[in-house]
Amino acid sequence: MAEFKPTRTAYGETLKKLGDTDPNVIVCDADLTQATMTKFFAAAHPDQFYNFGIAEANMMAASAGLAHCGYTVFASTFAVFGAGRAFEQVRNTICYTKANVKLGLSHAGLSVGEDGGSHQAIEDIALMRSLPNMIVLVPCDACEMEKAVYAAAKINGPVSLRTCRLATEIVTTPETPFEVGKAVVLREGKDAAIIACGIEVPEALHAAETLAAEGIQVRIVDMHTIKPLDEEAIRAAAKDCGAIVTAEEHTIYGGLGSAVAEVLADNSHVPFERIGIKDRFGQSGAPKLLAAEYGLDAAAIADAVRRVVARKA
Amino acid sequence: MDQNLSELARQIRSDIADEIFAAKSGHPGGSFSCVEILMALYFCGVANVDPQNPQWPERDRIVLSKGHAAPALYAVLANKGYFPRKDLTTLRKFGSYLQGHPDMKKVPGVDASTGSLGQGMSFSVGYALAGKRPGHHFNVYTITGDGESQEGIIWEAAMAAAHYHLDNLTVFLDHNRLQIDGPNEKVMNIEDIVAKYAAFNWETFVVDGHDIEAIVNACKAPRCGKPRFICCNTIKGKGVSFMENQVAWHGKAFNEEEYKIVKADLGV
Repeated sequence: MAEFKPTRTAYGETLKKLGDTDPNVIVCDADLTQATMTKFFAAAHPDQFYNFGIAEANMMAASAGLAHCGYTVFASTFAVFGAGRAFEQVRNTICYTKANVKLGLSHAGLSVGEDGGSHQAIEDIALMRSLPNMIVLVPCDACEMEKAVYAAAKINGPVSLRTCRLATEIVTTPETPFEVGKAVVLREGKDAAIIACGIEVPEALHAAETLAAEGIQVRIVDMHTIKPLDEEAIRAAAKDCGAIVTAEEHTIYGGLGSAVAEVLADNSHVPFERIGIKDRFGQSGAPKLLAAEYGLDAAAIADAVRRVVARKA
Repeated sequence: MDQNLSELARQIRSDIADEIFAAKSGHPGGSFSCVEILMALYFCGVANVDPQNPQWPERDRIVLSKGHAAPALYAVLANKGYFPRKDLTTLRKFGSYLQGHPDMKKVPGVDASTGSLGQGMSFSVGYALAGKRPGHHFNVYTITGDGESQEGIIWEAAMAAAHYHLDNLTVFLDHNRLQIDGPNEKVMNIEDIVAKYAAFNWETFVVDGHDIEAIVNACKAPRCGKPRFICCNTIKGKGVSFMENQVAWHGKAFNEEEYKIVKADLGV
């Protein structure tokens, strides 16, 4: 039986464990501890926690000040505020100074659900990816999120971690390798490759099962690191499978699909499609209904794979 | 003012003029107005810093939040011995570590990369929080501008500093009353800014921003559990006849003739 858990919960639980052994870890939040799940850390390590109130810009710049005194700082808020509202603080105080600050950007994507388009970040990957010195991680499930938080803590510099509100299927295991900048092949196949990130990875795996029943064998590449991008894994997928679909819970402009397209345009020309949000904002609704409406579910991914496979010469 | 300090103030203003004249761009008005504030910090025993050891973890942090006054900070740092004075005329030039706005990754003695207004104040709140953590006990001194005080993040930071009782944080306002587009009250009135800080539960002082002794005294007053705001009434372009209180001198360099007048006015 598949297990479901939100990546934000794994983020919060792992921060708490980090704090158990490292007095140098500081966690900051902007009045969203119950949602970003920093509440576990705040309760266990109140002396290493700062609540900045509903003032994300100040939290980001103050986090940089703290980090430059030797601390490893995790600054957490909704992705729409952390990447959007405080973008320029992240740029000028965190990235420009290479501050040791990790951004925990929660409630990303349409799977936020009922709160609606104002709170569903769909451009955060593009924004974070555009910043020099920023490492961008989009783990696919709670298990991988735990590894990503530990890995981020070991990096001396800015890292953004994208987490989601919704409980999603755990598709990796504690044994699945995790290395920043190195994609993970979760399933082998020779007919096409789906390069996915975040909660689109479980959807891609479901699509692969459907397609296997039709005789189409699909490689699933879990691209948990958007920057630095594992270009080798993309070139290998193009060469071995001859057709590529990307899938992300994000606008098709500037995120994973764009990053993969940049690599393919430089190196390989294979049939290619992007699953993502096509230049529109989100809206209120149950996550499952939104995934169907916006073409982000397993069925939409499978359709895209059928199209690229049909285009193969 | 102490004879040596007034000599040094002239020297620093002359260095600022040299920097901006060589760079052919920069912000002279607001650089000249904050000279005495910087001198109080670096040359009068207020800030605990060591030019031989700029990364000393327990040093007091000094943040020029109004980062466009970089020429003033660079001149003060050079005269304090952080780097050679001869480098000052590389300001803003390709390959120089003296960037148009202060870069903490490049310049010894610069504690925060600033220039995007308001963010240095917030950065300072982070420093001040760190300064109160176990194992640390340093102070933080931050210089803001009056135009800069229109930024919302200033007030987010002001709220946080009072909330966390950051009495190791001192914020100066270089209150020269002018910004790029004109006088503060015409562009966006900041009204009674001292009362605003007081309402945010800061300890407040008002001093003549060109009176070093008055600035030092405000800095050395006993601390009372609150962050400290020192409103320094200053003159934009202070010390140069044609620049004083002239908004046009916010952000432009002197031509050859003007440069000569600057040097003559400064008596150097």
